[in-house]
Amino acid sequence: MQKDVTYNGRKVYVVDGSRTPQLKSAGTPGPFSASDLAVYAARSLLARQPFSPDDLDEVIFGCVMPSPDEVNIARIIALRLGCGDRVPAWTVQRNCASGMQALDCAAQNISSGRSEIVLAGGTEVMSRAPILFSPAMAKWLAVLNRARGFAPKLAAISKFRPALLKPVIGLIKGLSDPVVGLSMGQTAENLVYKFQLTREQLDQYAMESHQRLSKAQDEGFLSNEIEAIYDSKGNCYLHDNGVRKDSNMEGLAKLKPVFDRGFGNVTAGNSAQITDGASCLILASEDAVKKYKLPVLGTIVDSQWAGLDPAQMGLGPVHAMTPLMQRHKIDIQDVDYWEINEAFAAQVLACTTAWQDEDYCKTELGLDKVMGAIPPDRLNIDGGGISLGHPVGASGARIVLHLLHVLERNQAKRGVASLCIGGGQGGAMLLERENADG
Amino acid sequence: MDKVGDQQMKHWRLEVDDENIAWLTLDYADASTNVLSSSVMEELGVILADIIQTPPAALVIQSGKKSGFIAGADVSEFGSLCDGDRAFKYIRESQETLYQLESFHFPTIAVISGFCMGGGLELALACRYRIAEDIPSTRLGLPEVRLGIHPGFGGSVRLPPLVGTVTAMDMILTGRSVSASAARKIGLVNYSVPGRHLVNAVHKLIASPPKKQKPAFLKRLPSHRLIRPLLAKYLRKKVAVKAPEHHYPSPYALIDLWLHHADDPETMMEEEARSLARMLVRESAQNLIRVFFLQSTLKGLGKGTDFKAKNVHVIGAGTMGGDIAAWCALRGLNVSLQDRTPESIAPAMKRAYKLFKKKLKKPRLVQEAFDRLMPDTQGLGVKRADVIIEAIFEDLKVKQELYQKIEPQMKEGALLATNTSSIPLEELAVVLKDPSRLVGLHFFNPVAMMQLVEVVKGKDTDDEVVRKAAAFTGKINRLPLRVKSTPGFLVNRILMPYLMEAVVMVGEGIEPARIDQAALNFGMPMGPIELADTVGLDICLSVAEILSSHLGGKVPDVLRDRVSTGNLGKKSGRGFYEYRKGKAVKPKQDSNDRLPEDLQDRLIFRLLNESAACLREGVVEDTDQLDAGIIFGTGFAPFRGGPMHYVKAKGLEDQIKRLEFLEQTYGERFRKDEGWDQLRDQIIES
Repeated sequence: MQKDVTYNGRKVYVVDGSRTPQLKSAGTPGPFSASDLAVYAARSLLARQPFSPDDLDEVIFGCVMPSPDEVNIARIIALRLGCGDRVPAWTVQRNCASGMQALDCAAQNISSGRSEIVLAGGTEVMSRAPILFSPAMAKWLAVLNRARGFAPKLAAISKFRPALLKPVIGLIKGLSDPVVGLSMGQTAENLVYKFQLTREQLDQYAMESHQRLSKAQDEGFLSNEIEAIYDSKGNCYLHDNGVRKDSNMEGLAKLKPVFDRGFGNVTAGNSAQITDGASCLILASEDAVKKYKLPVLGTIVDSQWAGLDPAQMGLGPVHAMTPLMQRHKIDIQDVDYWEINEAFAAQVLACTTAWQDEDYCKTELGLDKVMGAIPPDRLNIDGGGISLGHPVGASGARIVLHLLHVLERNQAKRGVASLCIGGGQGGAMLLERENADG
Repeated sequence: MDKVGDQQMKHWRLEVDDENIAWLTLDYADASTNVLSSSVMEELGVILADIIQTPPAALVIQSGKKSGFIAGADVSEFGSLCDGDRAFKYIRESQETLYQLESFHFPTIAVISGFCMGGGLELALACRYRIAEDIPSTRLGLPEVRLGIHPGFGGSVRLPPLVGTVTAMDMILTGRSVSASAARKIGLVNYSVPGRHLVNAVHKLIASPPKKQKPAFLKRLPSHRLIRPLLAKYLRKKVAVKAPEHHYPSPYALIDLWLHHADDPETMMEEEARSLARMLVRESAQNLIRVFFLQSTLKGLGKGTDFKAKNVHVIGAGTMGGDIAAWCALRGLNVSLQDRTPESIAPAMKRAYKLFKKKLKKPRLVQEAFDRLMPDTQGLGVKRADVIIEAIFEDLKVKQELYQKIEPQMKEGALLATNTSSIPLEELAVVLKDPSRLVGLHFFNPVAMMQLVEVVKGKDTDDEVVRKAAAFTGKINRLPLRVKSTPGFLVNRILMPYLMEAVVMVGEGIEPARIDQAALNFGMPMGPIELADTVGLDICLSVAEILSSHLGGKVPDVLRDRVSTGNLGKKSGRGFYEYRKGKAVKPKQDSNDRLPEDLQDRLIFRLLNESAACLREGVVEDTDQLDAGIIFGTGFAPFRGGPMHYVKAKGLEDQIKRLEFLEQTYGERFRKDEGWDQLRDQIIES
């Protein structure tokens, strides 16, 4: 059944956007909290606007794992940014697409007339993912706490076993699918098997991701979206530091598969990096654009969410992009540039392969012919999660922001940004630049 | 306001509620702050005598002011207490009143919100219980030593048994104050509660009165008569590090008081009064009290404008710019800090974080301050700023280009201030469409320590702009000193001949440590040689060269030699001294060792002579402002009341004679400035 355009009310403009450099986790908690990063991403962005932070109608942020002292992190971010007590703020969670979900919510509220200007984005600090006690340990503590008197306390203490101290690594739990019992990497292995992808293909894709980011950094393509961030120890961070300028096939080939040990093809080298980062955009209605004479980066035309087998979650993008494009009656050649978040090289390649696979297009996507091939020089042209990292809650906002800059840089008109979502979903957004020639 | 018997009360209000609790509110007439003036104490005596006629269930003493509980005694009355006997009598009467309060058989409770200092705390100590509101502005302390005196309304008698000797002596001897929660921890107050529970806490204290607070045995032990002499010796030694006895006698007097009388509260009370009366009439106390008032004089310079800065933009993230930005953020302003690259801003962010952590302690507050400080490589803050402070390197051309770029972006009515110390404002202002908006805000290094800011008025600077700049300075809790735009302004100009004379002495072969000792003996917080090393000899040289090019005089070769060999002072590890772990290595000096009298006079008279010149040229408005500027800008021995006050106290004619003698002995650099003659007229007038 063909659905209506999502934003069927007022037009939704993207005014401006900004992000932090994405910092690769060094295996220890990083220097910034998720709200620190979001504050850095948004503060200068707001400072260069002609309106003041308290003129915002709301602030929406996506974040998969806010730390225990940052629940409803969007409100914390808004207050820290000086938006004042009266600007409401809320946090959204759709796993890897949380940042895109924030944009979707903002766009809907603008379209419906509920909001005029919204700050929306995503933030994630994966390096600070918590280490938890097991439920057994929590139970032991609860019994001990309730025990009154010496003897009951002693009895409670005597129940202690060292095994209770075995930590639960929050990040591993977060990146596993409890329903199908697979880690995200294993769902990628499924796709390698399904489409008979080779280790060389995955590594080749990964190497190119690093080369593309490396070139973009050298050319200064990212300088208009990245805001420098500063820690309390006198360091400043200006660039996405996960990039490997010297990435090569030999080096990548040496890495061992991490998810299906001994047999698999998905390695740390051809997967997205564990990274901290925040990205945000300012969305506005036409009235607000006129009122404050705001510049316009582009419009968010439409969006689409889709569900699929959690064990093949990496194919989410094709399930979201297909109906989105059908609705607007556009083909692959009508889209100038693409961003498909690189959770795994295997998963991006599976998406492009699936669209060229007649059987998959017919049986899974309900098409009568193949969608076709996305030209590689139009897809993730400045690198992606493999080289930039994938701070899960932030990536959805980052790819939208970056795609708008790519369209601007190339004087192009239309772009599609999409991600796969842990748990078996896909999300996609259709973006356009007005006054573009072409 | 309120009638007690047939007497009209001006400052106090008494209300008895249904539960027969008497609520006694101090609302000092015609002022925003409560002080314990003689009339307040007199009225309190009358009220207490009346209350005892019909005893209430409890007596609660509170403040009717939003600003705080009680700021202390009325310092403005101290001047009139320079007759020792009168002072003693007044103190005894006040002690008597508080004794009456202490001896009531029903519960007495002080409810403290905001500051509770000096006499205010002594009043609270005379109550049986104290409750403090847990807010940042609540501070309890006995800061009397900072005015060259010590507590006199029983503070030194009542505090030690309550909180323990060591804590009490620390508070009294350093004058430091404590927060509500700290006061609860040491036992100074019974409860530290949020405002919503103050009244509940009063009722709880009345319903179930706790036992009188008593410190733990170990805390009481030091006041045992056998241990006191040992502790007293230790305390004297500790105080001597910061305040030598012949300059600052009051902490020593207090240690003696405690040493001899701690076992006998009644005698101690009387001796406290006697000792305070002695302190009050001393010149050093009167001078410190004068300095206290000079502070208010400077603060007053920002009056008469409703300018309220909210956003500040600082350009240049070097030592000065970065630290100014951090200070402004600490004081609650939104600050953007601009420099060309993130790398040049990062070190300033680190220093800022350190400052916030030290001053604010609580992580939440530290984060708030850090969030208020925005690194800004693009100059986004210019258009929203109420105050722009330029603190880039000293280059006329570069500064002018910068001004031309930012002036069109500036908000109407925003201040444009420069932290320059060597380029005349008039030259900088020529590129501005509106030259009247440029003002100098000359901060001193380290910004977080130095209270003074010179507010520099150029030829074109609008008077209202100067007032706004002074108001802004007051807002960030610094003292504005209005100065004319002349080379070196006031502080550097006066400091430099003093430093140079010290350098000349080194050239003559006098040991640096002896020179510094001469200055320390005078009461300077740091000797000139160590000061020069600390500031940086390269900076001293450049300032000296700029000043001598305008004002004449010769820069000593010794200084040039040090700089050219890379011995720049503390920062390079060697200047006139060698530095190990940031400390100067000095041969041990015996302060009793007689130094040639010349040494001290040569240093001080260069400074005094330049002061006279500054007055003559009208660099500052009057002698009071000069004194205040030099004390707060250089640390000039505060108990001497400032250079001009010192001259007056020593006798102008004698000082002129001494100067003439120095000129004969040491030559032209001691030539008497014509300013001395004007000074003569002024002193005769006053």
